[in-house]
Amino acid sequence: MAAGFDPSGRLPDVFTNAGTSSFTTFLSRVAPEMLPGRRPLPPGMAADLAPHATTIVAIAAAEGVVMAGDRRATMGNLIAQRDIEKVHPADAYSLVGIAGTAGIGIELMRLFQVELEHYEKIEGAMLSLDGKANRLASMIRGNLGAAMQGLAVVPLFAGFDLAAADPARAGRIFSFDVTGGPYEETGYDAIGSGSLFAKSALKKRFRAGLSVEDATRLAVEALYDAADDDTATGGPDLTRRIYPVVMTATAEGTRRLTDTETAAIAEGVVAGRMENPGG
Amino acid sequence: MAMQFYASPEQIMRDRSELARKGIARGRSAVVLSYSGGVLFVAENLSSALHKVSEIYDRIGFAAVGRYNEFENLRRAGVRMADLNGLSYDRRDVTGRALANAFAQTLGAIFTEQSKPFEVEICVAEVGATPEADELYRLTYDGSVNDEPGRMAMGGQAEAITGVLKSQHRADMSLGEAVRVAVQALSTVGGEGGAARTIAANQLEVAVLDRQRIGRTFRRITGAALTALLDGDAAAEGQAADAAGGPAEPVVPTTEGHKPTSSAGSADLEDRPAEGGER
Repeated sequence: MAAGFDPSGRLPDVFTNAGTSSFTTFLSRVAPEMLPGRRPLPPGMAADLAPHATTIVAIAAAEGVVMAGDRRATMGNLIAQRDIEKVHPADAYSLVGIAGTAGIGIELMRLFQVELEHYEKIEGAMLSLDGKANRLASMIRGNLGAAMQGLAVVPLFAGFDLAAADPARAGRIFSFDVTGGPYEETGYDAIGSGSLFAKSALKKRFRAGLSVEDATRLAVEALYDAADDDTATGGPDLTRRIYPVVMTATAEGTRRLTDTETAAIAEGVVAGRMENPGG
Repeated sequence: MAMQFYASPEQIMRDRSELARKGIARGRSAVVLSYSGGVLFVAENLSSALHKVSEIYDRIGFAAVGRYNEFENLRRAGVRMADLNGLSYDRRDVTGRALANAFAQTLGAIFTEQSKPFEVEICVAEVGATPEADELYRLTYDGSVNDEPGRMAMGGQAEAITGVLKSQHRADMSLGEAVRVAVQALSTVGGEGGAARTIAANQLEVAVLDRQRIGRTFRRITGAALTALLDGDAAAEGQAADAAGGPAEPVVPTTEGHKPTSSAGSADLEDRPAEGGER
């Protein structure tokens, strides 16, 4: 797999060089074909070729940050998958959500997870939250060529900043565009096809200093509003028991709410909408 | 013209071995052993930042003695190789055996090809579902690799330390017992007039691969938790090793049966009948 074969059987120099602590930089030397941005693409638009992942919301709370994503992936007018998972832990204190071309998004997310873990193991210390966001931005930038042919991926990144001076501001959110970023957001943000509606809902309901519990409920409400007006966003699926993925990042680390917990929240939201469909 | 003196290959190898052995014997020692809750690493190390023990992958740890720059070089290579394989295949497909092989090849090549061998001794340890399934590989400066039976010592006067370990170590020990045995073994050498030394907690580097954890199992034990273990504080011991002594229920797919194959010789391949030769 590694470039260059040495008959002595020792690991190639690129493995042992002091060089870089970045996994993507290392990968660009040993196996560049494993980097999403390094593949030659045939000309033409490819937007309808692969499933698209949709809405993700993130909300800063008093104790940290909450991120939630719906479960739908679409391909044109079809539903490609009902239970896709788009919100994942990036490392012990940060979360990443992916919208856009699902395959490339999942690949980028896996690469980003390895990138953070790799740095931590090589250097013996975690990257700063801003450092993580910058790394993700440069990885997104690498995919620009594919994005221009319709295979765009846009992530949402949020985490608990262990170095924050004010604990109430430790939950931070970063957004990106296809050319990179990052752009730090205040309070809340959403990405994906339903983000317009989710953000409108959050604009009216968000208050600074929410508890994680309230922020979790708010995130599911915002996803419901997105699903209400955007066909590509899936609402809580009560018949199949498929509910949004909700994750939190606090001083204790990242946590994914169990299916029972998200079911209770989603059912509460749906029951509320039975009386008042507008929320 | 200067006269070249003839030195026999045997003499050259002997000189290199002697150089490496002397270099290793000058340094402080390290102990690796299996206990009921995982694999324990204890190294004598005055620095709290320059590690002798570190994480390679989910269930794989690394310990080394000798020259820091040389084993650090190998450690980086190991992390890179593990992350590369884990990304291209799956996290479960990264094994201690593969890493031990790569290190052995590299050390062997350096020993024969370069004028100065690496003055290092290395342990690659992989935690299994039970203490019997743990894998401990000892790698020496000349590239030889040994599969150790649940315990090993490296560095200066390793034989004396191994002697103590052999008489005291059991695979079903708790974390506290294991730490105390390891420290007792380390302190038997280097004292004045053959007497045992006292090694303070701040001169020890202690880490475990926790058998019961899912995902990344490596964690360091420092500060108050380490002092409590050394003092044999029963309550703290229970806390630090919450899973120690518990049922050794396999929580993740294990790597049992991944012991080194006797040989990857070509005989088997040649004997195999050609399949679908005409296509």
